[in-house]
Amino acid sequence: MNIRDRLEARSAHYSFRAKLAVVWILIFVALAVLFAAFRFDTAFMLQWLPFILAGVPLTILISIMGILLAVPLALLGALGRLSRNPVFNGISGFYVSFIRGTPLIVQIFFIYLGLPQLAQYAPGPLQGLFILGTITSGVLALGINYGAYMAEIFRAGIQSVGHGQVEAAQALGMTRTQTMRRIVLPQAIRVSIPPTGNEFIAMIKDSSLVGIVGTQELFFRASKIGRQYFQNLETLVIAALIYWLLTSIFSYFQGRLERRLARGYVREGGGPHGH
Amino acid sequence: MGTEARPVVSLRGVRKVFGDNEVLKGVNLDVGPGEVVVIFGRSGSGKSTLLRCINLLEEPTSGSVEVDGIRYEAGPGNRPRRSAMREIRSRTGMVFQDFNLFPHLSVIENVVEAPVTVKRMPRAEADRLGIRSLEKVGVADKKDEYPIRLSGGQKQRVAIARALAMQPEVMLFDEPTSALDPELIGEVLAVMKDLALESGTTMVVVTHEMGFAREVADRMAFMHEGNLIEEGPPAELVGGARDPRTRRFLEAVL
Repeated sequence: MNIRDRLEARSAHYSFRAKLAVVWILIFVALAVLFAAFRFDTAFMLQWLPFILAGVPLTILISIMGILLAVPLALLGALGRLSRNPVFNGISGFYVSFIRGTPLIVQIFFIYLGLPQLAQYAPGPLQGLFILGTITSGVLALGINYGAYMAEIFRAGIQSVGHGQVEAAQALGMTRTQTMRRIVLPQAIRVSIPPTGNEFIAMIKDSSLVGIVGTQELFFRASKIGRQYFQNLETLVIAALIYWLLTSIFSYFQGRLERRLARGYVREGGGPHGH
Repeated sequence: MGTEARPVVSLRGVRKVFGDNEVLKGVNLDVGPGEVVVIFGRSGSGKSTLLRCINLLEEPTSGSVEVDGIRYEAGPGNRPRRSAMREIRSRTGMVFQDFNLFPHLSVIENVVEAPVTVKRMPRAEADRLGIRSLEKVGVADKKDEYPIRLSGGQKQRVAIARALAMQPEVMLFDEPTSALDPELIGEVLAVMKDLALESGTTMVVVTHEMGFAREVADRMAFMHEGNLIEEGPPAELVGGARDPRTRRFLEAVL
């Protein structure tokens, strides 16, 4: 038996998960060594941690409001893209194409800095609608942007509902609207919930872009302190770790939600529902 | 039967063209009240399309469809009238080959959905009616289950109850046993037989179950390449068909 064979034989005793755990531990050890070697200012990090952490509620708030705006927009966008009405279809086609074809950061600046320029043309009482705060601008931009991406998710969800369902509803005398509202959408939304969770997690990360226009969220606070004391590496590491923690927590709950939703469509002891 | 009474279903010159394929070539059919008509013939002969033209799931290319006095004219110059379409559909019940139950609704919710949304029936009344429909097909004990938990035969019986709950003038069956495991076909045929013989339901059935047809049908109609070739009571048609194509088909399947 040569060394390689012996190693393989030894290795076979341990499960894949155990080996995976060892790899992760080694990664963290390596990072800790790096951390020490580059003389990270831990005292500085601990000193400013509470200040940066204080941005977390705003980060979550912006993401939640953003997704709440994105869902109805996505639903309208999806219905429009499937509509036979040329006006509705055209407008939603433009919305999805234009928003997906331009950077989120440009959209944020457009709403925060571009819109106020139009205020001078608006009648007095309406001028306020064009001059928006950083948080409002950010939520609007995130909601509109994610609405366009999620429109495609909802559209796929609607199209995943079999044509037999539509025929059965129509054979019972239901109108198109009733069929959509009572039969197709409830099934479409069910399959769209897990990908919507993914979008929410992505939005938590993208909400950092709203910090660029001065919202006091997580990333803004981290980069502000970093620049002020020339210790960007320390504050950015803190920000990155917090984002990672947040997205991991929500991923965990999203995974549970996904399993729970699957259960309703699973036969007792059987495979998943084949629609 | 039913030659004097106004027919429940009356098709005149119904044509259906898909692309350059003429699936129905001008079909006339009358179904009287309480009558059970079985349409039979080879796959691709247009049987299902004909059935789907009755409740306008397929819109005829030309011709007219009349159900319970509601008339629908198809063809060039006639704009599709959605309200007439829905009137006809709410007077016909349809049972599909693959059930098409609503998977997100429980059995009773499946059954009361149309009475509540289409007929605006109060939920309590719809529930009573729904339970009666489910009892009729023998699955009332499953009323709170979801379709995924039912056997194929139970699913199809719930689908029949769902159609019955609209109290239709005519029931349309589109190969209702073709997707079922052989041992489950009997329970569905028994329910259909009961509807026909005990309840006097007007029925148009597309099926390959020739035993059922001979036992239950008032008339059998043979469909061939988009035409209704020949029709008559089972006793006359089986063994006494005039058209050689009908004879050949019957000899092959019986």
